[in-house]
Amino acid sequence: MSDGTRDNGNRTDPKTDEAALSARLQHLGERLNRNAASRPAETGPGAGPRSDASAMARGFRLSTELVAGVLVGAGIGWMIDYGLGISPWGFIVFLLLGFVAGVMNVMRVAGVSTGISSAGVSRIGASNDERDRAGPPTMTK
Amino acid sequence: MADPIHQFEIIKLFPIAKIGGQQIDFTNSALYMVIAVAGISAFLLGSTRGRAMVPGRMQSMAEISYEFVAGTLRSSAGSEGMKFFPLVFSLFMFITTVNMIGIIPYTFTVTSHIIVTVALALLVFVTVVAYGIYKNGFKFLKLFVPSGIPIYILPLVTLIEVMSFLSRPISHSVRLFANMLAGHITLKVFGGFVTMLSGFGLVGWLGATLPLALTVALTSLELLVAFLQAYVFTILTCIYINDAIHPGH
Repeated sequence: MSDGTRDNGNRTDPKTDEAALSARLQHLGERLNRNAASRPAETGPGAGPRSDASAMARGFRLSTELVAGVLVGAGIGWMIDYGLGISPWGFIVFLLLGFVAGVMNVMRVAGVSTGISSAGVSRIGASNDERDRAGPPTMTK
Repeated sequence: MADPIHQFEIIKLFPIAKIGGQQIDFTNSALYMVIAVAGISAFLLGSTRGRAMVPGRMQSMAEISYEFVAGTLRSSAGSEGMKFFPLVFSLFMFITTVNMIGIIPYTFTVTSHIIVTVALALLVFVTVVAYGIYKNGFKFLKLFVPSGIPIYILPLVTLIEVMSFLSRPISHSVRLFANMLAGHITLKVFGGFVTMLSGFGLVGWLGATLPLALTVALTSLELLVAFLQAYVFTILTCIYINDAIHPGH
């Protein structure tokens, strides 16, 4: 290849040489683009041990989301009981509502369409879910 | 057997001030935070001092960490979210460094105390709420009112949405805290098995190789968890910031 270009440069004017170079650059760019396009597919779900680790992170996320919802409900219910003196009704009602909120959090994280959430929220949930499954983006330059 | 909780003990090193009858001490936790911040500052200032066109090893690392966080933030909150880059980058670098320092034996893990992670999560929560209201005014409350809901269950759904929103800082902080705490206790317990078994003579020595091998494996797993949890904290911060910039759409 290098021989060809040198011959070219010797024989013809530098314009065609430049054209050949730009054609080669374009070809290289196309090949790089193809590589870049195929890369996400390699790091998709089920690609090596990294997906196992992020599955663990996902599991942790799901459990903490549920627990957090229940805790918030219990806290609000307890405070309402404390403030209004209607114990235990506030606690009972808000614990159940908190459970619902926790389940909704989990469904959102899992990317299940809740049916009641707005499009934006489910979009965020889905993209987040995708990212969780693929693991962190590779730290390469 | 060594107490696996002992590693999380807060030790007062020296008093700093007395505010309202409350003694404020410089603790080992504060010491490790200072070490982490000093380490990050030294790393970033030292590696970017050369400003080489072709980056060296250290400058490359600094550039990679910048691009990693910037890419994460841009992909979930858009280019508008780059306003929050200093906050997100500081959080990511601080949590990663603190977690990594915690893996070194005989050190203290700052993020294994829930008060630290709650403070970080509340910082994000308050920032999101304050910026959301500042930017969108009352429209920020649309975050709690999903569209396309029959009017008779709307109050109930809104109440649930509010609770779901309030549960964010809890799950945000508990996740980081629980992962670090559980991982370090597990490491300590398996390390304790090694010393216990080695007291039983030759058979014990042979048996002790099993928990020793597990400790080695768990240490590498902890290294991964330390990075992964910092990353998860960062990405959730980005998602919450996105809610503040574009609520309810």
